[in-house]
Amino acid sequence: MIEIQSLHKSFGPLEVLKGIDLTVNKGEVVTIIGGSGSGKSTLLTCINGLEPIASGKVIVDGIEVHAKSTNLNTLRQKIGIVFQQWNAFPHLTVLENVTLAPRKVLGLSKAEAEAIGEKQLSHVGLGAKLSTYPTMLSGGQQQRMAIARALAMSPDYMLFDEVTSALDPQLVGEVLETLKMLAEEGMTMICVTHEMAFARDVSHRVAYFHRGVMAEIGAPEQIFGDPQHEETRKFLASVR
Amino acid sequence: MFDYTFQWSQAMARLPQMLDGAATTMEVAILSMLIGIVLAIVLTVLRRSPVAPLRAIARTWVEIARNTPALFQIYMAHFGIASFGIHLSPFTSLLIGITFNNAGYLAENFRGALKAIPDTQIRAGRSLGMSEMQAFRHIVLPQMLRVAFLPMTNQMVWAVLMTSLGVTVGMNSDLYGVTQDLNALTFRTFELFAIAGVIFYLITKLITLGARLLAARLFRY
Repeated sequence: MIEIQSLHKSFGPLEVLKGIDLTVNKGEVVTIIGGSGSGKSTLLTCINGLEPIASGKVIVDGIEVHAKSTNLNTLRQKIGIVFQQWNAFPHLTVLENVTLAPRKVLGLSKAEAEAIGEKQLSHVGLGAKLSTYPTMLSGGQQQRMAIARALAMSPDYMLFDEVTSALDPQLVGEVLETLKMLAEEGMTMICVTHEMAFARDVSHRVAYFHRGVMAEIGAPEQIFGDPQHEETRKFLASVR
Repeated sequence: MFDYTFQWSQAMARLPQMLDGAATTMEVAILSMLIGIVLAIVLTVLRRSPVAPLRAIARTWVEIARNTPALFQIYMAHFGIASFGIHLSPFTSLLIGITFNNAGYLAENFRGALKAIPDTQIRAGRSLGMSEMQAFRHIVLPQMLRVAFLPMTNQMVWAVLMTSLGVTVGMNSDLYGVTQDLNALTFRTFELFAIAGVIFYLITKLITLGARLLAARLFRY
């Protein structure tokens, strides 16, 4: 379970998160929608401790992420994150990209890591690309590789930060299909996205962020069918 | 007028000794390069350290290495520190001097190479649970060495050529030192140094060729 309690976060004088409260249960898929600069991506990087916070708490399975005593390296093994820019490691093959962390962080043998890597890459449809270098892949393939790379650590949670935003339109579908598949398998996920159809079809709950505040959260039917907040209505009207 | 008679056979008879010298030259160059690369990586890390004195040490090293003559650096490594009662063999002094120079130049190359690698690469590694050190070692370093590969090749060539400065601190077992001693013995100055020049040229050509082959093997992406 991920519990976020009155989380505040600033970049210099700019307060980007103004007291967020959100609990995500095991097996739940929560999508976060909202305009640019609403703080939704920052929230994800706060959840796995990549960003320090000003005040409040993020608790993952009872462990307070930003407590001094927390070993972030260990904690991050539970929380996979995939970014808008997939950040493939260009000097490693597709398989090596996926096996690096299991080998170096989890201490698996090469054979063990490769077994996991091959399984995860096949899972995202890249089973035929194991010895290819990332630069030879399309954006959509690289993004799916990044997903497999995160999954290879057997995380309990997956965070997706606008994973389709940097892709050519015709490549968006294959990545969203991968996310859907994970959701159906019961992965706990928080997805920041601009893909409204995806948010409606896949999520258990949809949260609307506006200027660092979670303006509204609810079932997708409610958010898309009967938004309560004025800003949610405006946003949804603008993206339709 | 020009009445010098070339006597190549006399000089060529000394070729085996000169090739022995070339082997020593290579030994110094390779050692200075290997140690230099390790030191340069350390300097590169220190230059990004949050601790100001560590950054200052690294910066000073690079400044001196790049902005003073290599001859000065080798001289200081021999006669300079001898003033404090530390007496090193010419071989050791030459090795220290060239290594110091290599490390300084390479650290500067690495710093530039590092800028070519986006911070998001480290972020991606960290988000997979890697420590800062693991992310640097497995993600940043290999990419940095690729970007810096050509300058490293240049520095290796430069290291070979710098060994010739060893004669100033009494080095006489390297190619240049051997040649100078043979010259004193035979006075076939032009022939001997011409042969030495050709050997230097061939060594550096082999290095650039070898580097190209190595690059093709190492960097398949």
